[in-house]
This record gives sequence, C-alpha cells and structure tokens, in this order.
Amino acid sequence: MSTTFWIIIAGATATYLTRIGGHLVISRFDTIHPRVEAGLNAVPAAVLTTLVAPELLNAGPAEWAALVVTAVVSLRGGLMAMFLAGAAVLIVARQFVG
Amino acid sequence: MATDVISESGAKSDFWQGVRLSMPVVVASAPFAVLFGALAVDNGFSVLEAFLMSALVYGGASQMVGIQLFGQHVAPWLIVLSIFAVNFRHVLYSAGIGRRIAHWPIIQQALGYFILTDPQFAVAEARAQSGQTVGFAWYLGLGLPVYVFWIIESALGAVFGKLIPDTHALGIDFLLPIYFLGLVLGFRKRPLWLPVVIASGAASIVAYKTVGSPWHVSIGAIAGVLLAVLLPPHHSGVGERP
Repeated sequence: MSTTFWIIIAGATATYLTRIGGHLVISRFDTIHPRVEAGLNAVPAAVLTTLVAPELLNAGPAEWAALVVTAVVSLRGGLMAMFLAGAAVLIVARQFVG
Repeated sequence: MATDVISESGAKSDFWQGVRLSMPVVVASAPFAVLFGALAVDNGFSVLEAFLMSALVYGGASQMVGIQLFGQHVAPWLIVLSIFAVNFRHVLYSAGIGRRIAHWPIIQQALGYFILTDPQFAVAEARAQSGQTVGFAWYLGLGLPVYVFWIIESALGAVFGKLIPDTHALGIDFLLPIYFLGLVLGFRKRPLWLPVVIASGAASIVAYKTVGSPWHVSIGAIAGVLLAVLLPPHHSGVGERP
C-alpha cells in the first residue's frame, strides 16, 4: 500500500474521532450541568461564525453586497432563498467590480 | 404535528423532507468537490486516491489542506495532524448533536456521526431547536445526497479538473461563507446569540491574524462557547426548566 493510501486512512480515522469524540466524552456524564448545556447550545453560532468572520477581512464591495442581501433575505425567507439571493448578487456584482 | 407517528410512509416523507433541505448544501459544496478533485490530481494524487479521500475523510476544508501539504512533500504525520486540527471543531458538533440522536440504535448513531459536517450539524440542530424530533430517516435524507454528490464530483474534478473556467467570476470561492452566514442568522432567536457571535467573530479574527489558520476556528469557537458557559444561567435560558 502506498504512503498516500495510509495518509488517507489515518486522516479519515482522525476525522471520525473528532466527529464522535465530543459525544463519547459528554455521554460519560449522567446529567449535564446547566452551564455545560448553555455552552452546547452556543455551539452552532460559535463555530459557524468563525467560518465567516475572517472572510470579512478580505471582502470587497461584491462580497459585502452579497452578505448584506443574504442577511436581509434570511430575516424572512428560508435557507435556499437566502443562499440563492446572496449567490446571485455576488455573481452579478463581480462582473462589475471583480 | 405528525412527527410521533412512526410508520413506513412517515419515515419516507421524513427522508424526502431532509433531501429537500440538502439541496442548497449540494449546490454550495459542488464547486469545492470538483476543485478538490482537480487540486488532488495536480498535487500528485491518483483519481482513485482523490475519490477515496472524499469518501473516507468527507471534510472539504481538511481535504484541501491535506492535499496542499501533500504537494509540498510535508511529512505524513504532519499532514494527518493538520487534517485533525482543521476538523477539530467537529468535537463540539458531536457533543451538541449527541443529545438529539441518543435514541437511535447504535449503528445508526455511528453512521450519523460519520456524516456530521458543518451544514449537517447546523440544520439538524435547528430542527431540534424548533421542537421537532431528529429522526434517522430525516437525518439521512439531509446527509446522503450531499455525501453522494461530494464523492462523485470529487472524482469528476480529478478526471476533468483542467476544464474549470474562471472560478472567481462565478463567485465559487465565496459561496460557502454566504451559506454559513445564513446558517448563523438562522440561530438568531437563541438566548445569548448576539454575545456569542460577537465573541466568536472577534476571537476568530484576532486568532486568524496572530496564530493563523486553521486554529482560528477552534479558538474562536471556544471563545463563544466559554462565554455562554461563564455567563449566569438565567441569561442562557437553560436553568429555567423545571
């Protein structure tokens, strides 16, 4: 077996450990402390924000326009509507401002 | 609500409901799958190896980083460690979603954790928040199309990668931030949402500038979660329950 193959297997194993690890740790406790539960409830906003925030550093007019439209549409529309609106604005704006 | 009616037709419609929700994810991730396949071959992977990595690791950002380092002839253990670092945020997803799927049979749980990506977690968590059960059929409907398209498109990218036109004009590099912003905003009714977003956003930007990628994700996430843990429970709405 090639080195590449083993890198893939080890990388896949490491990834699966991260995907099951949090559950294995938490499930060892019979009750979840209210503060831990508050922390777990904060996970979606906390993690997903870190995937967006650094992008703002390099965002130009086209990117900002797309994000603003996405935010506005998300107040009313569903996930698909807001995604398509943001993507459409981005593509159109980039034809003008690159 | 008919979520407590457990029947074959109920599971079937749950599955298709999940499939509908998976469509934006399929669209947003498609360019990255193709791009990954193209980059993988460019950096010395075979088409089969690119396909295998997508099928077994199944984590876009970590696959890109792995490929990049492989092309630079970095030591294998360091490549694996980097993949682990990029994917470390899933530990938090895993701890969070475990509360929602603990009622599944163990094999279904094992499979569920395997496809626990960013959107999979966010959409499932949003469903749980709205008071609905996160069932296996629904969860699979949400995750399976994304997985199948991801591995097929990776292989296509590996075979035809050279044919990709101007990715910048098509906005491909910025589709995921748009999608993730929508997901973040979807949680805005949660207690502590704004303080958590501000803490995570600020911490991730500072970490991005100082420590560098990919650690800014874990550092920013921990900052937001810690804030929620440290604030008195009456702010987080958790202690109110009987």
